[in-house]
Amino acid sequence: MASGLHNSDIPNPVLRWIDQRMPVFTMMQKEYGSFPTPRNFNYFWNFGALAMVNLVIMIATGVFLAMHYTPHTSMAFDSVERIMRDVNYGWLLRYVHANGASMFFIVVYIHIWRGMYYGSYKAPRELLWMLGVAIFLLMMATAFMGYVLPWGQMSFWGATVITNLFSAFPVVGEWIVQLLWGGFSVDNPTLNRFFALHYLLPFVIVGVVFLHVVALHITGSNNPLGIEPKGPQDTLPFHPYYTAKDSFGLVIYFIVFAAIVFFAPNYLGHPDNYIPANPLVTPAHIVPEWYFLPFYAILRAVPDKLGGVLMMFGSILVWFVLPWLDRSPVRSMRFRPIARIAFLLWTAAFLVLLYCGGKPAEEPYVTISRLATAYYFAYFLVILPLLARLEKPLPLPESIARAVLGGGPLPGGAAAKPMEKA
Amino acid sequence: MFRTTLKAFAVLGSLVAFAPAPASAAGGEEIHIPDTRFSFDGIFGTYDRASAQRGFQIYKEVCANCHAMHLLSYRNLRALGLTEAQVAAIASTVQIQDGPNDEGQMFERPGRPSDRFRSPFANPQAARAANNGALPPDLSVIAKARAGGADYLYALLTGYGDPPPGVTVMEGMNYNRYFPGHQIAMAAPLNEGQVEFSDGTPSTLENMARDVSTFLQWAAEPELEERRAMGIKIILFLTVLAGLAYAVKRKIWADVH
Repeated sequence: MASGLHNSDIPNPVLRWIDQRMPVFTMMQKEYGSFPTPRNFNYFWNFGALAMVNLVIMIATGVFLAMHYTPHTSMAFDSVERIMRDVNYGWLLRYVHANGASMFFIVVYIHIWRGMYYGSYKAPRELLWMLGVAIFLLMMATAFMGYVLPWGQMSFWGATVITNLFSAFPVVGEWIVQLLWGGFSVDNPTLNRFFALHYLLPFVIVGVVFLHVVALHITGSNNPLGIEPKGPQDTLPFHPYYTAKDSFGLVIYFIVFAAIVFFAPNYLGHPDNYIPANPLVTPAHIVPEWYFLPFYAILRAVPDKLGGVLMMFGSILVWFVLPWLDRSPVRSMRFRPIARIAFLLWTAAFLVLLYCGGKPAEEPYVTISRLATAYYFAYFLVILPLLARLEKPLPLPESIARAVLGGGPLPGGAAAKPMEKA
Repeated sequence: MFRTTLKAFAVLGSLVAFAPAPASAAGGEEIHIPDTRFSFDGIFGTYDRASAQRGFQIYKEVCANCHAMHLLSYRNLRALGLTEAQVAAIASTVQIQDGPNDEGQMFERPGRPSDRFRSPFANPQAARAANNGALPPDLSVIAKARAGGADYLYALLTGYGDPPPGVTVMEGMNYNRYFPGHQIAMAAPLNEGQVEFSDGTPSTLENMARDVSTFLQWAAEPELEERRAMGIKIILFLTVLAGLAYAVKRKIWADVH
């Protein structure tokens, strides 16, 4: 280690010169080249990489949109339409960005679902999981403020409804609302600060994503069996195995993304947002973007305003303590016959809430929302803690390699489910 | 494991399937908008230029008396197949306020292709004052701003009639089968024979409604044809790429299974 230089084995002399002084290439090789990764990932493990790509797409398109957008109440709507009509490929930038938000939530919901199903939140990955929940909360704030920027009817009224929720908090509520608005109603100062924050928060997300990945590379990835790799026979180097597998998943993701952007770019939006914001005309039904609907349904399921707000925030904050609510030592639901059913029911409850959130607040949707909300919380607060004590898990396979490659009779559950081959 | 992959797509599918629920739910009573065949339907659909040109003529002679389209410029009409001279001629028929000039005075001049469509009213108050208190909406993006899009516009324009027995329409309002609430301030705008088309197309209500809906769809989504053409190329490319990526993945993984 002469003169403190890093002992680099990068062959290219120029890269080695850099690497000796700043070992980024060694780091990349270690973290993305030879990084030992469980050999039994299924395609659910694509979604972390997809989310990363999606974040980059959002920032890239967003920066160019910001060059043409005007955050002023009298010009915002027209400036967005100018992007659609007069900016070269502006329609493409905007539709990729707007639908990119929907794609981001689809990808991240599946990513979170995978974490819950395979118990990726359990020790030693609790902090990794909590950083992920923090990313999700930041994404929600960013998406909400982004939806306000075109200054259509849903932008304005969505902003009014959601910011007003904070007024439910005693003592500080009014103060928070005025801080969000920059005044006494949703108006130009609101639009200005939302634009500033909408530009800022994605970079905060990048920072937390970096920490998320750092934490991941300390503990290593979970896998569909939920058992730790016991040695080199259980893992594969990340490259080329998972770079190749992620590449295929990425192209499929691009096909879905392109189908929406090019053939149904307004399908996931609301027609009212093509009506310029008008504080004097309230839309018949104010609905948030589809990805907020489950939480919106929880909000409306509670008859009390403060109670509803607390339940809505609580429905996500409860994820933070999930590692301590579910004390079962078995991670993967494959080996938890009862928890597996309970979790699939939770998934159904989430989708039911998504559906009900888009419906008017009337019967039967209110009652259905209440039942689904009750189950949503019961799963976390009652069922998981109880199952940790009561459930008898199926026997776990001895090792990943044994489960994947065979070699002698396998213990029950693993043998019944052949591993991903394709 | 294929099953769980399927499940992933099921989750994704249901997310997409449920998503438009809010749009269709809006408006209280459910009004079924009939599906109209348009040239731009489907993923390969394009704008029928002749129909859109007739639609512009209807807009100019009928709708423009009350409805602005302030996001469009006369130059945009080139995309409908009008020549530069035709566009200049159309633009020059309106007087546009410009200025101030060197003396600080505002003045009127004939329109140019670069001008936005002239609005019929100076401001929303003037528009309301001239329309019995109702504000005729700007039509620039109306096809994107109404659930049902062009189908809704066609239905609305052809949906006037006498109210069913037992339904009373308020003073100054008109009955329309497809308007939310069924009472619309706009009187039936299109009447048979109202517009004379130079290409000999009979100006029936259905023809005019179809033409003006086509024009308004084009006005709302002028990029539609370019977007779809690009989308088809991109998806074909990605499909081939997916095949290659899958083959590479199979080859790389062949030795570890």
